[in-house]
Amino acid sequence: MTRKTRKVTPGTESRTAQVLLITLALAFLAFFLMLPLIAVFSEALKQGIGPFLDAVANPDAFSAIRLTLIIAAISVPLNMVFGLAASWAITKFSFPGKNLLLTLIDLPFSVSPVVSGLIFVLLFGAQGLLGPWLSAHGVKIIFAVPGIILATVFITFPFVARELIPLMMEQGKEDEEAAVSLGANGWQTFWHVTLPNIRWGLLYGVLLCNARAMGEFGAVSVVSGHIRGETNTMPLHVEILYNEYDFVGAFAVASLLAALALVTLVLKTVLEWRFDLHSGARH
Amino acid sequence: MIRVENITKRFGNYPALHGIDLEIQAGEFIALLGPSGSGKTTLLRIIAGLEFQDEGHVHFNGEDVSDIPVGKRNVGFVFQQYALFRHMTVADNIAFGLTVRKARNRPPKAEIKARAQELLRVVQLEGLGDRYPGQLSGGQRQRVALARALAIEPSLLLLDEPFGALDAKVRKDLRRWLRDLHKQMGLTSIFVTHDQEEALELADRVVVMDHGRIDQIGTPEQVYMEPATAFVSHFVGETNRLPDGRHIRPHDIEIVAEGRDRVMVDNVFRKGGSWRVEGRLHETGTIVEIDIDSHDTPPAVGETVAIAAKRARIFSAAEQR
Repeated sequence: MTRKTRKVTPGTESRTAQVLLITLALAFLAFFLMLPLIAVFSEALKQGIGPFLDAVANPDAFSAIRLTLIIAAISVPLNMVFGLAASWAITKFSFPGKNLLLTLIDLPFSVSPVVSGLIFVLLFGAQGLLGPWLSAHGVKIIFAVPGIILATVFITFPFVARELIPLMMEQGKEDEEAAVSLGANGWQTFWHVTLPNIRWGLLYGVLLCNARAMGEFGAVSVVSGHIRGETNTMPLHVEILYNEYDFVGAFAVASLLAALALVTLVLKTVLEWRFDLHSGARH
Repeated sequence: MIRVENITKRFGNYPALHGIDLEIQAGEFIALLGPSGSGKTTLLRIIAGLEFQDEGHVHFNGEDVSDIPVGKRNVGFVFQQYALFRHMTVADNIAFGLTVRKARNRPPKAEIKARAQELLRVVQLEGLGDRYPGQLSGGQRQRVALARALAIEPSLLLLDEPFGALDAKVRKDLRRWLRDLHKQMGLTSIFVTHDQEEALELADRVVVMDHGRIDQIGTPEQVYMEPATAFVSHFVGETNRLPDGRHIRPHDIEIVAEGRDRVMVDNVFRKGGSWRVEGRLHETGTIVEIDIDSHDTPPAVGETVAIAAKRARIFSAAEQR
């Protein structure tokens, strides 16, 4: 260690503080974010590319990947529509219960995912409120794909709406009023005026929604039943493989999820850049 | 002809308009003048059909349009912040009202394009049709908004604070230009403003509003020279209110050799083509503003002078709002 003998001026002191803070932040990032990411990929490829590909191509892993993609393909479009509808209603109209709706939209964020999952078990499970009626009609929701979709839709509901509401709030409703005053109907106004105004925000919200839909563990874990090849999503499959000491398999599937996160991050950065550019040129 | 009948509007508990009656003839240029919160913009939006009255009726040429929404009233509305569609070119913005028409009423593409070009010429923005609103100056955007509203050949043109977002020089040029355009095209127009100078310069008739009521409807000459209420007298032009109840315009005060009212001069400065003298009445300390012809010699600061009113108004209790 060097000893400080030199007289410290305020300028150099703040310089030292700066370097210290930046080093600290970088060290923190490296330790908590970069290191685990590297570990995931290195563990996955520890025994070479062959075992990695085998693990990914394993029928159970393959089915988990397929299920995850199906879940995302259903829940993301649903939440895009729900999110758009909710943001449109909240920002362009005033109605009683508006604040309650705003609070409800945040509910999935404030409730533990495990509890969210349990809600669906209590509603649709065999001992649940609607369970007897459902089983009498041969409808299976819990421990089946519909339950996983329900849980995922619930968990990812806020992403699109939370992204759009502040944006649409800031934009106000003058553009829509102008369109309507020029004779446009509701659909034309939405398609030609509102949607172009919010497209980057919407895309960003959909991206975040998708990342969460694919990565959700807690709520899905409760309703899925962990049936291999049937109701296992990628995160659940990773857990099972890991508990069975199949590290290469677990990390191989995990690395796919991590890769998805990286792609999301890159797209998000690109979008933010476009978005800033766009809003910067507005006035 | 536009007839507004007994319009009342509340926003929650806040009364925005109380029993407004107004008649506008075809070809008139009308200013709705008032401070913020006077209800002028709400009235404009109700006439447009962007907002709906709680009570009362709006008639366009004898037809009751009270429950008809804005898109079916055939009005052109120019928004304060212009509300241009920023992802569309200027030409597409102007053509919007024609392109969204139902197929059977929609002119052919070439005709829409020609119409947009013609309007660009009318608003003196030829050659800028391919630009985006973000690439235009404030004054240019304002004219695009106007062209877009005119494209649907509205029977009534409504403008909400049309010059509010512009700087002083551009504002003055656009003002003159808008008045010429209104005459040339034979439009019927209503605009909202809080700027009395703008209202007096542009309008055929001025509607002075305060607290959701109309205080006076009259020509610029009438509202300036014969204000109906104390509020109008103070809001349209400047007025000194003396303790004895007289309301006197600064240019209606003269400095005399002998007089009952004596003013101690605090400040003298040049204001346009005259001297502005600010002082206080001797007895009560009431602030008095006096305009003196710039060729005359103004009193010195600290001097005490006698004043006399060339013309004064006294308002009855009912007119004291």
